Amino acid sequence: MKNIKNNILKVLTVFPISFWMLFFVAIPLLYIVFISFMQRGDDGTIVYISTISNYTRMARPLYIKVFLDSIVVAFITTLCTLLFGYPFAYFATKIKKYKILIMLLIMAPFLTNSLIRTYGWIVILSTNGIINHALLITGIIKEPLKMLYSYGAVMIGMIYTMFPFMVLPLYNSIDKMDKAYIEAAKDLGASRWKTFRTVTVPLTMPGIVAGCILVFVPSVGLFFIPDLMGGSNVMLIGNLIENQFMEANDWPFGAALSIVMIFISLILILVYVKMVGKKLDAEVF
Amino acid sequence: MDSKLSKGLERTYIFCIFAFLYVPIAIIIMYSFNAAKSNVVFSGFTLDWYTKLFSDDDVITALVNSLTIATFSTAISAVIGTLGAIGLKRHNFKGKSVISLLVYIPIVIPEIIMGVSLLILFSTLQIDFGILTLVLAHTTFCTPFVLINVKSRLAGFDLSIEEAAMDLGASKFTVFRTITLPMIFPAVVSGAMLAFALSLDDIIINIFLSGPESTTLPIKIFSMLKFGLSPEINALCTIMLVTTFVVLILSQGIKLRREK
Repeated sequence: MKNIKNNILKVLTVFPISFWMLFFVAIPLLYIVFISFMQRGDDGTIVYISTISNYTRMARPLYIKVFLDSIVVAFITTLCTLLFGYPFAYFATKIKKYKILIMLLIMAPFLTNSLIRTYGWIVILSTNGIINHALLITGIIKEPLKMLYSYGAVMIGMIYTMFPFMVLPLYNSIDKMDKAYIEAAKDLGASRWKTFRTVTVPLTMPGIVAGCILVFVPSVGLFFIPDLMGGSNVMLIGNLIENQFMEANDWPFGAALSIVMIFISLILILVYVKMVGKKLDAEVF
Repeated sequence: MDSKLSKGLERTYIFCIFAFLYVPIAIIIMYSFNAAKSNVVFSGFTLDWYTKLFSDDDVITALVNSLTIATFSTAISAVIGTLGAIGLKRHNFKGKSVISLLVYIPIVIPEIIMGVSLLILFSTLQIDFGILTLVLAHTTFCTPFVLINVKSRLAGFDLSIEEAAMDLGASKFTVFRTITLPMIFPAVVSGAMLAFALSLDDIIINIFLSGPESTTLPIKIFSMLKFGLSPEINALCTIMLVTTFVVLILSQGIKLRREK
């Protein structure tokens, strides 16, 4: 009797999550792999004849440029958020008195709709926005500057949107670090810079790597920021994928592009596991 | 370096970054009350844009859709996530490592991939895009957040209490109902609130999986933005921002209280 009850409990707790994850995560992902080797019919349907042309097609200069642009944008975004985010997280952990408030202020943008936050920058940068208005009034410029719809605008949008994703793991790992090591290094005569380089950075490496991955991976796929802030001037992998599914109706090619994006993410996550040897969530939550 | 000076510089830096993070949000909120249509000159306080917004049937429909989707996907993911956390923590079964890995996938892969994969799944199964597909998709990316939240609570759980109850003759169900559930409940609630906020704010999945009848608030904002800037967008964004902040403060409050 006890055994049966035990089994009911096991099925009740294990089955729903297993079913959901298999059906809505595993199967769709495997299905993308399958579709990526199929052909597109003339009317935009999928023709079930296997081909590798969806992958070979990516070697065209047009797509190579999209890949390179995406990687450059994602890389600069990661670098900038790290360079600005690390000192910020470091100084913020020193404030003990308002810790709850600081945590809330760091968390809030993390959960605010990134579309709305992007919109805030569109308002600021637009031709009749605040910056142009101020510059015109003070007489610094005669004609309003065209700041939107450029790589610069996309970069600002990306850095702004991804910043909380970098700061949160950094803050957590710096906060958890045992400060006694820093004291020890100082007592032994190490300079501030040397202490930072040889003690603080290695000890907070899990946070640094987690932050970099949390920023790099999504920034390859955030298609709506190039859409809204780059106009038609900036095209990243995310835009290309969205385009295949929503406009060009070339699902097999879109699927193949998705597979490439998944591979980039997987490689980065493997790097993380190799370097840190811990699961990602420990740093993020 | 003088420690007072360096402390001052540090505070200034923190302040500048917070300004960078919050000024764009503050501008949206401020100009939603601006009497003039412009996003530059503030010419007086008004609630006109809000009244205008609430007399727009499309916006009301989008609001109702968003809340419906968020409510259902939060409820489902709270149940599946909580049960799953217990199952993965307490039981051994075939393929456990696969399921544990799959739980992390919706968190770590780019959201667009989730959108694309579910788009292909639903259209292959010939399910019409609408509220149902959005609830299923949102549940998929919300469940892992609830599960991880509850799992970390279970990890710090003193098993001897449950054993003591069982030694005293309580059945497994009684133990679950009277001990396990009350202990993990704060984690369930804060996980659920996180799920609610995530569902309400999602844009990428919405773009891929919503149908003509299931426009959500973020989709509405997105399409309004494509037509150009207007004060109604400011008002709509402000409403969403306030909702998110309230949910966040509540969920953090619960979390902090439980950690004390």
